[in-house]
Amino acid sequence: MRVLGIVAGRIGLLFGLPAILVAIWWLASADSEHFLFRPLPDILVAFRETWLGPRLVEDLLPSLSRLAQGYAASLVLGIGAGVLIGSSRTLRALVEPVLELLRAIPPPALIPLIGLFAGIGDTRRIVIIIAGCVWPILLNTVEGVRAVDEVLADTCRSYRVRGLSRLRHLVLRSASPQIMTGARQALAIGIILMVISELQRTDRGIGYTVEQFQTSFRYPEMWSGVLLLGLLGVALSLLFRLADREILGWYHGLRATQKESR
Amino acid sequence: MALRFRGLWLGLAGLVGFGLLLELIPRVGVVSDRYLPPTSRILAELGEAAGADRLWPAVGNTVLTWGIGLALAVVAATVLGVVIGSVRFLRAATASTIEFLRPIPSVAWIPAAIVLYGPVRAGTLLIVVYAAFWQMLVQVLHGVVDVDPVARDTAHSYRLGRWARVRWLIWPTALPYVVTGLRLAATVALILTVTGELFIGTPGLGAEILRAAAGGAVGLTYALVLVTGLVGVAANLLFRAVERRSLAWHPSVRAETPA
Repeated sequence: MRVLGIVAGRIGLLFGLPAILVAIWWLASADSEHFLFRPLPDILVAFRETWLGPRLVEDLLPSLSRLAQGYAASLVLGIGAGVLIGSSRTLRALVEPVLELLRAIPPPALIPLIGLFAGIGDTRRIVIIIAGCVWPILLNTVEGVRAVDEVLADTCRSYRVRGLSRLRHLVLRSASPQIMTGARQALAIGIILMVISELQRTDRGIGYTVEQFQTSFRYPEMWSGVLLLGLLGVALSLLFRLADREILGWYHGLRATQKESR
Repeated sequence: MALRFRGLWLGLAGLVGFGLLLELIPRVGVVSDRYLPPTSRILAELGEAAGADRLWPAVGNTVLTWGIGLALAVVAATVLGVVIGSVRFLRAATASTIEFLRPIPSVAWIPAAIVLYGPVRAGTLLIVVYAAFWQMLVQVLHGVVDVDPVARDTAHSYRLGRWARVRWLIWPTALPYVVTGLRLAATVALILTVTGELFIGTPGLGAEILRAAAGGAVGLTYALVLVTGLVGVAANLLFRAVERRSLAWHPSVRAETPA
């Protein structure tokens, strides 16, 4: 009986507040005559009719595929350059101010410039995503590589661990918590850029579709798009957490034991 | 000391080298100067714009929107974070909601912001505050929970009241997290300020960039992007200074100085 009570309490804590909020939204919007704030059931119907059909393939998939390509390229570029820059003190001092300047430029400001180079196709939108995602990964990798434990580095030197195995077992391993932090920030920025890279001169994609609904005054459909973006953000962050647990499991375990023994 | 000067010189050399590279690429003809004007021309455009009367109001508008949005988000997130974080029940009850609302991309609100407010500052503020708020809230929550057990027991033994506990126990523990949150929130807020100016049409640097690009003034577009970057650098330096000052007592900062 007690176990049942605990489980019920858990479920209550997990779903209690969301249920209350949705109920408030439902009731408050039920008889809404406001042109923008439509009743929640209307939005849910619009969601089903708009997104659970061919649009899922035609609009959601291209957006996601561009995000995946841009994000993957950012990981390769950011970690590669980060390991190089982090390993050399001279190189770091040389490029640090340039990186500080480039990183500080908000990526959306680059959109008109990237348009000059990469035309208006898919390439342009992927480059926009890379231009924003690469910095958190790069800078965190540099920090992580720089902070490699000196005893471990000396041990590797004594045992003549060099080249690829040094990179894999020492450098990347000890930098990985920092790299994951950068990757998490980059994912959030990537979703933002995925949407706004579609706001101009596209014909497919979530961002474009939602904007079309807005300019054609189809507000329930517009809200359903906002809802879809929200669900997408949540799904991607869950996926990231799974990856984090898989890759950094050893690290979280280490931290937990350190905390206990303190 | 000698090492620091060497770093400074190398950094300067890096900047100059980067400028020279961007000067040479279009001059040699690797890329047409219609896409990438040489550095000298970008700097000349920048000088001209600085003397004219459009640049500075745009910088002012951007900084103002950014500052208001950041301040609103930081105050709201800090107050809520301390309240939620210090009550175990509230923490457990809100966790799922926060986890759901936080990853919603702030740009999803752009269409709604346009319909609600039109091209005025409030529309951009909506997305700026939304984005910066969650960055800050999560950091504050982490910080408040991180209280050292010994310090908590000490506070208990000395019978510190509720306010004294917040002031002398929770706040110092949370401060490093708060400052980190502030820095992350500031970066995100600037990104969304410029996004709002570009896509909602709020006056500021983003709107000027769009205007210059639409008019085919490539040199000016680059100059304006450079100015946006400089605003970002200034913001980063500011918050790093805030971090050093407010955390001068903290072991992580004290350990750094005699490197």
